[in-house]
Order: sequence, then structure tokens, then C-alpha cells
Amino acid sequence: MAFKLKTLILTGTAAFIAAVSGIAYAAGGGGTGDYKMEHKHWHFQGAFGTYDKAAAQRGYQVYREVCASCHALKHLAFRHLGDKGAPFYNEDFPNPNDNPLVKNFAADWTVQDIDVETGDVIDRSGIPADKFPAIYPNNAAARASNGGGLPPDLSVMVSARNGGADYLYNLLLAYDTPPPADLQLTPGVYYNPVMDGGKIAMKNPLSDDLVEYADGTPATLEQMAADVTEFLAWSSDPKLEQRKSVGFMTMLYLLILAVLLWFSYKRVWRNVEH
Amino acid sequence: MSGHPSTYEPKYAATKWMDQRLPIVRMGADFMTFPSPRNLNYWYTFGGILTLCLVSQIITGIILAMHYVPHTELAFESVQRIRRDVPFGWLLQPMHAVGASMFFFAVYVHMFRGLYYGSYKAPREVLWIIGCLIYLVMMATGFLGYTLPWGQMSFWGATVITGFFGAVPVVGESLQQWLLGGYAVDNATLNRFFALHYLLPFVIAGLVGVHVWALHHVGQNNPIGITPKTKQDTLSFHPYYTVKDGFAVVVFLLIFAFFLFYQPDALGHADNYIEADALKTPPHIVPEWYFLPFYAILRAVPDKLAGILLMIGAIAVLFVLPWLDTSKVRSMRFRPVARGFFWIFLFFCFILGWCGAETPDNMVPFMSVGDKGLNFTGLSRIATIYYFAYFVVILPILGLVEKPKDRPESITKAILGDSSHGAAAPAE
Repeated sequence: MAFKLKTLILTGTAAFIAAVSGIAYAAGGGGTGDYKMEHKHWHFQGAFGTYDKAAAQRGYQVYREVCASCHALKHLAFRHLGDKGAPFYNEDFPNPNDNPLVKNFAADWTVQDIDVETGDVIDRSGIPADKFPAIYPNNAAARASNGGGLPPDLSVMVSARNGGADYLYNLLLAYDTPPPADLQLTPGVYYNPVMDGGKIAMKNPLSDDLVEYADGTPATLEQMAADVTEFLAWSSDPKLEQRKSVGFMTMLYLLILAVLLWFSYKRVWRNVEH
Repeated sequence: MSGHPSTYEPKYAATKWMDQRLPIVRMGADFMTFPSPRNLNYWYTFGGILTLCLVSQIITGIILAMHYVPHTELAFESVQRIRRDVPFGWLLQPMHAVGASMFFFAVYVHMFRGLYYGSYKAPREVLWIIGCLIYLVMMATGFLGYTLPWGQMSFWGATVITGFFGAVPVVGESLQQWLLGGYAVDNATLNRFFALHYLLPFVIAGLVGVHVWALHHVGQNNPIGITPKTKQDTLSFHPYYTVKDGFAVVVFLLIFAFFLFYQPDALGHADNYIEADALKTPPHIVPEWYFLPFYAILRAVPDKLAGILLMIGAIAVLFVLPWLDTSKVRSMRFRPVARGFFWIFLFFCFILGWCGAETPDNMVPFMSVGDKGLNFTGLSRIATIYYFAYFVVILPILGLVEKPKDRPESITKAILGDSSHGAAAPAE
């Protein structure tokens, strides 16, 4: 009996080691060459990690005032900002469409619509049910405005890069690294060692005090980079808090069930040598 | 359905009536009392785990299909919508994606179990071949399904895999176009892949039915590979194995839940969060982890067609394994030499997986200094040679020359020693 439990423990351990090394391998697989990425401890890490709401709120401000001049968030609607687990969730407004902050944010954007009377394309201010609008009318226009580079959509950016939040944070801070002497940079291309190949079409978007935070936090470069990363981490994985809390209860339930089944097994098999 | 005499007796008028017309209750009852060898260990639980995986994939898949849009312009967005707005979509979508990995993890354990304990040998050849067929359809289903989210890896994975068909002599190009529904992976491809991805799981379910039928006809193999001889050698499936499997299934679910809730992206690729772009090739096109060993075999030879033939051969060889292994002894427990080769085989399967994930020209750590030494192409060649040698050279020859250890007369004797006569049979 002890032997068979050993088999099970061995299998489980082997599976776990394989999985963890796989995760470590995937996490280390970024194309950052020799650049030493700073591994920041994020508030949303760990089994009980949640988003730092204040940081994500500041991050939204950075997105709105800086990133949004080129980058869209096409998979998000304004109402998502007020969902449970989102930066602007307010328990007084379980329906995010009623949340005054969300309404204000939406109204701050101009969205295209069709006038139902005339059929004309009109501009109006946003409502919570609207999606975040596109920044450029099409990709060609986006390229034309950015020296040929296409600013990627940021909705799932943190999930879309090896290294996740660390990648984005380091990318935003790595611009001051001096480029290698042999690197040829064409106009409109900048050096960033975190980028695969070291070349990036986005010039350094952040500098100290670029925004004035509504909550009075000093807007250092590091602060803004961390805040916007927190916000984009949320937009990539908006159900993280829900998933972790359901996950904890599920695993607890399974653990208790496993113990009960183990004792049932011992009882059913008590007279059977095997 | 099963090969053991039925012990079911209908008690009520209604069940008697039913039993004479369609003995479906009898079938269920016989299933539950099926005599199973009393020495099955936890490796024998994975058949049950796999059934659970299939059911879970079908249920989550059907719900996802209600919300997913198989169109190149909308597919990526519809997956995002499922994760953000569909009730419980945040749970079901990762459950389906992580579930695919869990399914393959379980099927690999199940197959290596079969290899180790000789479960493919007479009279279980057909059982084994049906299992190989299930695995083949699983691979197709997994590949088709990975295309559907329409991320960069979806698109380029589909482009690379369907490109293999183009290497078939003479008809290759037309075959490839026929599969894709065009000259390149596009909307027609996505539509047919979705249709087939919905169809194949039901083919698997049918094959699983036949697999279980064959299993119940010949009976389960067991860790010592000695066929049960007396009633003492076996136990009723219920309650003995329902409770034992139940425990193991819950342990498996704990591993599943860990990935689902805490590492949902760990088994996938970050690149698949980038929407498919036909004009932008990702720097490394890598299949899902469960295909990596075969991908390494494919790339082990410079010629495309030869690579494909090798990859097909790597799976085809499993189908004829019952006739390649010449040993009459089933379990590796009594084959010390073969057992050593088996562990080396398992080791090289992991090596192949590693090679599949790496860039072929990269040098292997610890086996190279600078650009001198072994690169991953070299390592995958060594591993590929061993993979095939194990099946077509080692197992056929070993069966003829190896001297197996003495085997116990029966399962009961193996457990209780020779003094087992009259040992208490379990209450039933």
C-alpha cells in the first residue's frame, strides 16, 4: 500500500516539476538578449494576489493621457472599468453602467455613430456601453502617422509577451540603455534592449512628471511605468481575482474530497491484500 | 458487452420487462461488477481520467461553440468576448484550453503505462490498436482546435502543418489546396477546421466505446501481466475500483485546478494572444507542448518529405508494436534488460520534446562549448534514432535473447506468497 501511494506521490511530483520548469522556461523565453530584466513583485501575483486598484486607476490615467494617442484597447468597453475586480469598481454601483466615474470616463471619449434620422456619420461622447474607440480609422492611417510602425492594440498586451508584466515594465524603462556601437538605427527606429532585436518604432513615451496624478502621487518614470503596467495587466486578465477566489474554494473542496475518498478507499479495501 | 458471465438478476416487474426487451440495466450492472485484477495500481486509473477529460472537453466545447464565431475577422475577438462578457466564459474557455493539455498529459501516461506493462500483447492487440487510433484522432482534434482562437500561433501552426501535405509527391499541392479550401490558410480553412473540430470528438467518443468493449472482452492487464486465473485474483469493479479511481481522479483534478486557476497560460504560447497576421511570421513557430517530440522528429532530417515520413512512422510504428515485441512476457517487472531500455526510451521522448521547443541550430547546454559540440538538430537525430531503434531493433531482438525473471503463478500468489490457499476472499 505504502508503495502505491509512493507511486502516486512520485507521479504528482514529477508532473509538478515538469510543469514548473515549463513555466520557468516559458517565462525566461523572452527575446531580451543580455538585458537584465528587473523582476518586480506585482500586487496581483501569488495565490491570493489582487490588482492594486489605486495603481491601476493611475495607470488608466497614464493610458488615457499618454498611450491612447496611438494605442487602442479594442476588446474593452468603458463599462468594463467598473466591473467587479476592475480598477473603478464601486460596490454601490453593481451595474457599471450606473457608476458615475465610468460614465465620466466614457463621456471623455468621442465615438462614431450613425444619426438614425439622417443616416449621417456623427461624433458623440461615449457612454459606458461603448467599446473603446479605434485611434486610427485603419491600419494604413496608423502606419502613416507613426513612420511605418503599427501601434499594437493593448487590450491583451501583458498576456501577449513572454515575461508578461515584467516585460512591459522593463520595456518602458529600458530606453536609457546606450545602444551597442554596431547597431544601425534608421530614422523612426529606436533602441530598446527589451525588444526582440533591440529595435522599436515607439520612441520613449514616458518621462518624469509627464502626467499629474489625480491622487497626488509623484509621477516618476518608474511610478508611471508600474501603474500603466498594472492597468494593462488588469485589461489582459480582467477576471483574475474572480478566478483565484473560485480556484481557492475549488481546490479546498477537492482536497477535502480527496481525504474523504482516501479513507473510504482504506475502508473498502481493509480486508483485501493487494 | 463484457466477457464475464452476467450476475445481474432483475428484481422488479419493470426491470424484468425491460431486461427481456433491452438488457441495458444488465449491461450497466455487469459493467459495475466487472472482475478486475486485484493488483491494479494507480497507473491503471488513467483510462477513467481520460474518459472524464473527453466528457469535460465535449461539454465545455459545446458551450464555447455557442459563443465562438468562426470567421477570420471575428474569431479572436469572439474568444475575448467569451472571456470578458459571457457568463462563466472566463472559466469555460481556459477549462477547454487547459483541459486539452491535461487530456494529452493523461493519454501519454496511459500509453507509457501500456508500453511498460506490455498491455499491447495478445490478446489485447486490437484494444491497443483502437487506442492508437484514438490518439491519432486526438492529435487531429487538438491541432484543429488550436487554430480556432486565430492567434499568431494558431495561424502559423496551421500554415506549417498543412504545408507538410504540400510535400507529398505529385498530388501534394492540390492536396494542400483541397485541405485549406484555398491557396493559404484563410476563412475557408477556419470554417472547415471548426466544423471538423466539432465532429472529431464524437468520433473519439465512438472509438472509446469500442476501446472499452474490447477491454471488457479480454479483461484488464495488470502490473505483473499474469492473466487472472481464479475468482481470488479479481475484485468487483465497484466498489473497489470506483473508490480507488475516485481518489486518483480527484488528485488529478487538483493538478488540473492548479493550472486552470493559477497558471492558465503556462501551457500555451504568449504569441497566441496576438491576433493572426498573415504578413508577420513569428520568430519561432512552435506547436503545443504535446506535439513537440513529433515536431523534433520532423525537423531531424533536412528533407521535408523524409521528415514527414519519419513523423508518420513514429506513430505508425505504435500500431504494429504488438508484432514487433517478440517477448511473451508482458510486464517489464520481469524483464530487467528491457526495463532499462524502456526508461532510456522515456528519457529520449523528453529529450525530443526539448529539441522540439528549441531552435535547431542552437547549441545544447552542457554538450557544447561555444559553437563546437552538439546542436539541437544533432541531439534530435540521436533521440530519433533511439525512438525507432527501440521499436524495430531492441524490442524484437530482446524478446528472443533476454532471459526473463521467474514469474509468479498467479496474481494472488504474487501478493500473498505460496501460503495463499484459503486466504479470505474479499466480501462482495
